[in-house]
Amino acid sequence: MTTTTGTTTTTGALGTARTRVEGREKVTGAARYSGDIPLPELAHGWMVLSTIARGRIRSVEADSVLAMPGVLAVLHHENAPRVNLDYMGMIGPPDPIIGVFQHDRVPFRGWPVALVVAERPEQAREAAEALVVRYDQESHDTDFFAGHPDVYTPGDSPFGAAEATKGDIEAELAASTFVVDAEYTTPEEHHNPMEPHAATARWDGGRLEVLDSNQGTSYVAGELAQIFSLDAESVRVRSEHVGGGFGSKTIGSHQVAAAMAATVLDRPVRVVMTRRQMFSTIGYRSPTAQRVRLGADASGRLRALDHRSECVTSTVHEFIERSATVARVMYDADAHHTSDRVVRLDVPTPTFMRAPGEAPGSFALECALDELAEASGIDPIALRVRNEPDRGPVSGLPFSSRNLVACYEEGARRFGWADRDPRPGLRREGRWLLGTGMAAASFHSGAGPSTAGVTAEADGTFTVRINAADIGTGARTGIALVAADALEVDPDRVRVVMADSDLGPAMIAGGSMGMRSWAWAVSIAVRELRERLALGGDIPPEGITARSDTSEAVGALSKKERHSFGAQFAEVAVDVTSGEVRVRRMLGIFAAGRIVNPLTARNQLVGGMVWGISMALHEEAVRDRASGGHVGPDLAGYHFAANADVPLIEADWVDDPDPDDPVGIKGVGEIGIVGAAAAIANAVWHATGVRHRDLPIRPDRVLSAGTNVPEPGHGG
Amino acid sequence: MKEFGYQRVLDVSEAVAVLGADPDARFLGGGTNLVDLMKTGIERPGRLVDVRELPLDRVEMTPDGGLLIGATVTNSDLAAHPEVRRRYPALAQAVLAGASGQLRNMATVGGNLLQRTRCGYFTDVAGPCNKRLPGSGCPAIEGEHHNHAILGASGHCVATHPSDMGVALAAFDAVVRYETADGPGELPLADFYLPVGDTPHLETALPSGALITGVILPPAPVAAHSRYRKVRERASYAFAIGSIAAVLDVRDGVVHEVRLAFGAVASRPWRALEAERALTGGPATAEAFAAAADAELAAAEALPHNGYKVPLMRNLVVALLTELAEEAAR
Repeated sequence: MTTTTGTTTTTGALGTARTRVEGREKVTGAARYSGDIPLPELAHGWMVLSTIARGRIRSVEADSVLAMPGVLAVLHHENAPRVNLDYMGMIGPPDPIIGVFQHDRVPFRGWPVALVVAERPEQAREAAEALVVRYDQESHDTDFFAGHPDVYTPGDSPFGAAEATKGDIEAELAASTFVVDAEYTTPEEHHNPMEPHAATARWDGGRLEVLDSNQGTSYVAGELAQIFSLDAESVRVRSEHVGGGFGSKTIGSHQVAAAMAATVLDRPVRVVMTRRQMFSTIGYRSPTAQRVRLGADASGRLRALDHRSECVTSTVHEFIERSATVARVMYDADAHHTSDRVVRLDVPTPTFMRAPGEAPGSFALECALDELAEASGIDPIALRVRNEPDRGPVSGLPFSSRNLVACYEEGARRFGWADRDPRPGLRREGRWLLGTGMAAASFHSGAGPSTAGVTAEADGTFTVRINAADIGTGARTGIALVAADALEVDPDRVRVVMADSDLGPAMIAGGSMGMRSWAWAVSIAVRELRERLALGGDIPPEGITARSDTSEAVGALSKKERHSFGAQFAEVAVDVTSGEVRVRRMLGIFAAGRIVNPLTARNQLVGGMVWGISMALHEEAVRDRASGGHVGPDLAGYHFAANADVPLIEADWVDDPDPDDPVGIKGVGEIGIVGAAAAIANAVWHATGVRHRDLPIRPDRVLSAGTNVPEPGHGG
Repeated sequence: MKEFGYQRVLDVSEAVAVLGADPDARFLGGGTNLVDLMKTGIERPGRLVDVRELPLDRVEMTPDGGLLIGATVTNSDLAAHPEVRRRYPALAQAVLAGASGQLRNMATVGGNLLQRTRCGYFTDVAGPCNKRLPGSGCPAIEGEHHNHAILGASGHCVATHPSDMGVALAAFDAVVRYETADGPGELPLADFYLPVGDTPHLETALPSGALITGVILPPAPVAAHSRYRKVRERASYAFAIGSIAAVLDVRDGVVHEVRLAFGAVASRPWRALEAERALTGGPATAEAFAAAADAELAAAEALPHNGYKVPLMRNLVVALLTELAEEAAR
């Protein structure tokens, strides 16, 4: 049977709640992740990481290990194939950690120094742990603190200027009626996707094939082609199912080590990282030390906004956690200064982690706004509304859309904000002090060039081919909905083929830009396909395919401030006699563009808010000054919210289609975490009267800080 | 990880004989700690002797009215046992406060007593630790120790014992029963764990090669008035930063009998005998509870980052005893 879209009634698939198309496969265990896929002749590599934080490798004593059962090879700096790191990748020059085993320098504890390859993973692990590596150790510095003498201002980058200034901060502060000057810190935080990083590499007919778990196979394939000096067509990367990425699953040492070993042994080699190994090899969120100074006139209007943040990078690569940039979007002031500075320490290079910049930056900025609300006696929402900018506070550019006030209004209504007594420390329930808090959120909305193909099949179904990545977000399902909506067919008639670099270039699942970028390409391909189908005629056995490439259209986007926005609300209970803090409920209302699939969008937003609980109360990687390494880098030692910590969380949205996007999408991947920790911290103040400016708000800190509640009769 | 043999044993004498014949063998209960330690290379047994099929999986009444808990009773079964819940409620509460449902379904009573500390330096095989590598040093003292011991520690080790169950057992004067090649033996829980001193790697007084066969809870009507409370850094699935098992019998406003045991403050479940002495025969008031806690905690030696445990334990003593006293008054 042949059919065309014209014979089908409109479904309006976009915006309908759909469970994940691969959901059954995932919950029954049928879905194969990259470390699960069987291959003939597969060998297993195990990474050996440095046990010193700075120095040189004196020797790698491989001989005795090579004699162990099943061991095939030990790759290290003296025998590993040479690779190319002198290139400019999609997001800049590569972090040298991915060029494994190229020299004897050790820049941090946990740096890859060797790969032991064996027939079985257990043999590889045993041999890797038996491998003796001798070092010439040098003294190291891993200690981050505010005002480190080696802190410097980095150069500007495509991700933003390091510093932006207008007006005279000191003069405006001096002329302000209300002033807040507070310092905040956030600790080193780690992505811990449920699925560890895993890659299998093999040579097949002169092509390097990698089965991987990543956020974008085009990107990873491109980097591998550069690293191994191959033609782009000579590398194929696939990544069918991905158990979470959060910014950490791009190009890493494990893919390169696996490809090296596959080259040396001429057989497939798999490298799977352990949870502990991930703590030093896949990136993390830098700790930050932030100072926010706000000055307001008697009405609460900001005269001065100064947000200065310091972060860490490694000695081998520069990554900046751009915490101060969020203020350039959120609030205007007569004098406005924001800066992100950095210090190089003997630690791994940080990287993008869910809402990079906005997550830690919003904690400091939104807590400072709450402190200003307290100082001025103005309601926290009213204070924010009073400082709503009509253009980009620093850029002067118009917003594509900014429906933040609608989020405040809807959130306040549903949370019951109007009934809130602003005074702290008044509400008690047994041993618990209760409080509520709120914060605002924003995350930039962008699109990256993508290509897509959509085929009308002879059997009446449609196949979408796009190199998207579903890292657990429901992207595969969302793309089917976008295509079905544009085709005006039932989503069941749409099949999505993705996560294969041979499909052609497409945006990664990152920066909250994936769905917007892919939907754009799919919608254009569908438009083209429908025009061809409208000409009539039978569909040939191979189908009719239309292709799209959004490079030009994305490049032609006018310069505007493009962001998702949101309002976060939290209620907490605090027992200052034990230090326990429990979040009782959270509400997030977002203006995040057109929602493709309410089910999976809510999943993203709630997931971000849960992470916000972790950020506020739990997450903290502790570095030992003496060893330079982590203490307890595993999921017993590195805490995040357990189910029992997660209360009733509601996430919803206001209507906010992006006027410049063909589908109206903005992106929901990251905004859920932004502001969440601040809302919780502000609620803890409301409960106890004490400002907790250092995350996480641990029991020992709460217990030690106690309460600061005005005496009865003197409150207000 | 190291290759190892696996052997299931069906009776106690066979278990003891197999272990005695192989110095490289270890008993395997639920494996919820040992297997983790094997993965990280802290434990490297050549053979695992699986004791889960031993006929030690029952909770039985003893002739004198106490309970005998078999060593292979799972944490879940222990916490669900009606006699435990009725007569020793703090024990059921303590067990349920630990780990996760999945872990409690696997973990055994014997294994729970023998679990190792979760100190982050103990689990880092690349670094020093006197418990793991005697004489190598204790980096926690100068390093990260905000959840380390304030009582009974030494300059050689400041690690804490992670068990919740053990804290309740300490309050109930439990006795550990074991079997060796030379026959059975018993150790009161108070003597089961060795002082840290300069030998933190020697953790229990169990004879070499001994198999724990059970735990005896002596009869104690007062134990029905008991409660366990655990404070941790998240609401579930975390080891305590401070916990307490309390037993209280108040008659006419006077403390007739009290038992207190602390968790997460020492290398073993810490029976607070000083506090008990201070309270017994005195008034059951918040002031008295606080003074008793202070008497116990006078011996506390805090490091720079774990001093909060002193007020934490004091607050917990007052809170829990107040709750029990109010309950008794109703």
